[in-house]
Amino acid sequence: MDFSFFVEVLAGGLLAGVMYSLVALGFVLIYKASGVFNFAQGAMVFFAALTFVSLVERGMNAWLALAVTLAAMVVLGMTIERVVLRPLVNQPPITLFMATIGLTFVLEGLSQLAWGSQPHNLELGVPDVPMEWLSQQWNINISQFDLFAALVAGVLVGVLAVFFQKTRIGRALRAVADDHQAALAVGIPLQHIWTIVWGVAGFVALVAGLMWGARNGVQYSLTFVALKALPVLLIGGFESIPGAILGGLIIGATEKLAEVYLGPMVGGGIESWFAYVVALLFLLVRPEGMFGEKHIDRV
Amino acid sequence: MLYREAGQFKSTYAEDQQIFPIRQDRIAMVVVLLFAFVVVPLIGDQYWLSAIITPFLILALATLGLNILTGYAGQLSLGTAAFMAVGAFMAYNAELRIPGMPIVGSFIIGGLCAAAVGFVFGLPSLRIKGFYLAVATLACQFFVLWAINRVGWFSNHSSSGVITAQKIEILGYAVVTPAAKYLLTLAIVAVMALAAKNLMRSETGRAFMAVRDMDVAASVIGIPMMQTKLLAFAISSFYCGVAGALYAFCYLGTVEPEAFTLDLSFRILFMVIIGGVGSILGSFLGAAFITLFPIFLDRGSEWLSRALDVEIQSATVSNVELMIFGGLIIFFLIVEPNGLARLWQIAKEKLRLWPFPH
Amino acid sequence: MILSVENVSLSFGGVKALQDVSFDVEAHEVRAIIGPNGAGKSSMLNVINGVYRPQHGKILFKEKAFKEMDSRQAARMGIARTFQNIALFKGMTVLDNIMTGRNLKMRCGFLQQALWIGPAKREELEHRRAAEEIIDFLEIQHIRRTPVGRLPYGLQKRVELGRALAAEPELLLLDEPMAGMNLEEKQDMCRFILHVNDHYGTTLVLIEHDMGVVMDISHRVVVLDYGRKIADGVPAEIRSNQKVIDAYLGVAH
Repeated sequence: MDFSFFVEVLAGGLLAGVMYSLVALGFVLIYKASGVFNFAQGAMVFFAALTFVSLVERGMNAWLALAVTLAAMVVLGMTIERVVLRPLVNQPPITLFMATIGLTFVLEGLSQLAWGSQPHNLELGVPDVPMEWLSQQWNINISQFDLFAALVAGVLVGVLAVFFQKTRIGRALRAVADDHQAALAVGIPLQHIWTIVWGVAGFVALVAGLMWGARNGVQYSLTFVALKALPVLLIGGFESIPGAILGGLIIGATEKLAEVYLGPMVGGGIESWFAYVVALLFLLVRPEGMFGEKHIDRV
Repeated sequence: MLYREAGQFKSTYAEDQQIFPIRQDRIAMVVVLLFAFVVVPLIGDQYWLSAIITPFLILALATLGLNILTGYAGQLSLGTAAFMAVGAFMAYNAELRIPGMPIVGSFIIGGLCAAAVGFVFGLPSLRIKGFYLAVATLACQFFVLWAINRVGWFSNHSSSGVITAQKIEILGYAVVTPAAKYLLTLAIVAVMALAAKNLMRSETGRAFMAVRDMDVAASVIGIPMMQTKLLAFAISSFYCGVAGALYAFCYLGTVEPEAFTLDLSFRILFMVIIGGVGSILGSFLGAAFITLFPIFLDRGSEWLSRALDVEIQSATVSNVELMIFGGLIIFFLIVEPNGLARLWQIAKEKLRLWPFPH
Repeated sequence: MILSVENVSLSFGGVKALQDVSFDVEAHEVRAIIGPNGAGKSSMLNVINGVYRPQHGKILFKEKAFKEMDSRQAARMGIARTFQNIALFKGMTVLDNIMTGRNLKMRCGFLQQALWIGPAKREELEHRRAAEEIIDFLEIQHIRRTPVGRLPYGLQKRVELGRALAAEPELLLLDEPMAGMNLEEKQDMCRFILHVNDHYGTTLVLIEHDMGVVMDISHRVVVLDYGRKIADGVPAEIRSNQKVIDAYLGVAH
């Protein structure tokens, strides 16, 4: 077995995993802070990317477009909180989940209604070519873009982790995630908190959208990127930021390795389900994911 | 006035436990069945029968299956379309490879194979709950579709993976016209709906609901967790499998694996939500709503474009449709989380008093 | 002697819920378990019933010894119980909840049920009759078709008792059956409990905080405090036992 090829595949997988983690982070944020499993995260990624790219194509300066898109995401978050979450306070989690599925459709329709449905290209200035000294020194090809994405993800995770653990708002967010009513009872302003959370999740969606859009182009299939993040969540647990990263790395690596080494044996195309099966097997051993909180059923 | 229960006394438990305890309901049901079996095939036009009513019935059956699993037994599943696919392709293979197999037999085989797949993918439910389980069922959805695509045997080694459902012949009588296919579908769906109703009002249904509501307590009073959950998966998948077989034989004709994507699974989940979780009637109402809704939107947009004399692009229509659809789901969840079935119940209760206010 | 608990110890991580508790229960008696909050009473019932597995000790039920019991096994052997925080199936009606209590007596498979003919129908109606007897006994006919989630707390507790009785148990474990009830409701509940004990001969183990009730209806009492047994005897002895008085008044020890 060609070792440098293996390292290449592994590294590619790990870095792809980081990309998955970026999306998973959005899920974790919202779940951690409002107990809602936001199926619409993929649609939010799509919406953010499409808005940014459409603004830039219409001639807006990239940084301005970034700011405008961010503002749009925050407004979106506020609207969602007002229209969807507030009326559904205290409903069982499954109802909220279904509502986010409905939200997905609304966002998908809205994005395409507003900006049209042709695919777009997105340039971030970092080319998708192998790092030169790596490929020259060790004959290993690892894309510069992938490394850039990993760096961005790392910074984002660091900031978010600090935010949750150290700040007062972070604590309030965790309280809200645990029990809406109790949080209300101690005076935590639920609506503000949710607006903040969805706004931050929107920001994460924007970052993820930019990364994914640059890599695969901004088109409708971007919404399905969320589906790839789900096995990551299964492994890392729905409530853990480090879990999202680790889960992403595991999924990315195993998926790439399976695709390259196992795939040809069974006719290829196993990427569509392999990640899920890995997550499933993992869950059988640890039903709440690696870092998920154990649920003790008290009777 | 009309819908009074006064004077209808139940003197045995058997009478009390009927599916339709109120006489007016029984009469209404008979009328509906007569209409469906006799009147509709005579007056129904080809297009409506083959493109709207028959698929509505088929999807109602699939919704029934999912309702059994998610509505009654509380196990959220996103793999419904995969079970339908198994049913469709295995029914096709049964027709193909077993000489002299009656069509209903092939459907049953399709259903049983789907039940087996459901059983296997239901095993994780013993350890995993809630959303984790839902995501795990996605594994089923993706894997099954991949397997059907890759393993040539399923599609009789056709190069594109597409199969063409065989002509149906029952007792020498060819079932080819839309009306005939409609009747076959109606008969099968009616029988299976009755069976489902019977099942849910007896011990099996209660065990499912107990597991849904509080599985620890259910276990304490003696309900076997493993058997109950797996039975729910198996029965639900059987229903979806038969629905899939009907989908192939009585509706699509030519079937490719791509007809059974995640999109379809979600559509059926919406039928469950909008129709009413844990309700047999709700399954039909939800299926009707979601089948008819796009049609209304299309007609509505046509009318609007004619009225305003403006060209409305089809892309716009489908995007707006998507948005309204999503909006409706959210609306339903806010206003009546128990779906159309509950609205129907409320209407009936009001009807009992009508024309008096209270 | 129908039940004997021997040297049972149970801990959750660092928390010792039960330490070396032993006592027995005679057939057909009403045995009360009392003690201050956190003494481990509910945990004791959970151990008997198989919901928790003790780290040490064993349980003898009907002459057979068990290191650990599975809750389903316990149900099959004739142990039924009610819970402190009601464990009813909120989505089902009162009648359905009570009918689930009869699940162990139902034999027909799902295929027969789907067809609703012959054996399945007969069985369903027969068990309906049994459930109706319990509904009559507990005086809850007027709410039999109400979804349990909509009932007030006192009625829910009564329905839970009904579900436990539906299983025709030999041993009935009641966890604070009268919590949150007013005087009248408590009297009704006592009446039901005593009738069950007299009429059907069911052995009862009950956790209760109301001392009046405990002294009145129980034959013998076990007192737990901080997971240990501190007294065991007839009500008259317990009432005057200094250790018990200290435990309830909170004397430091």
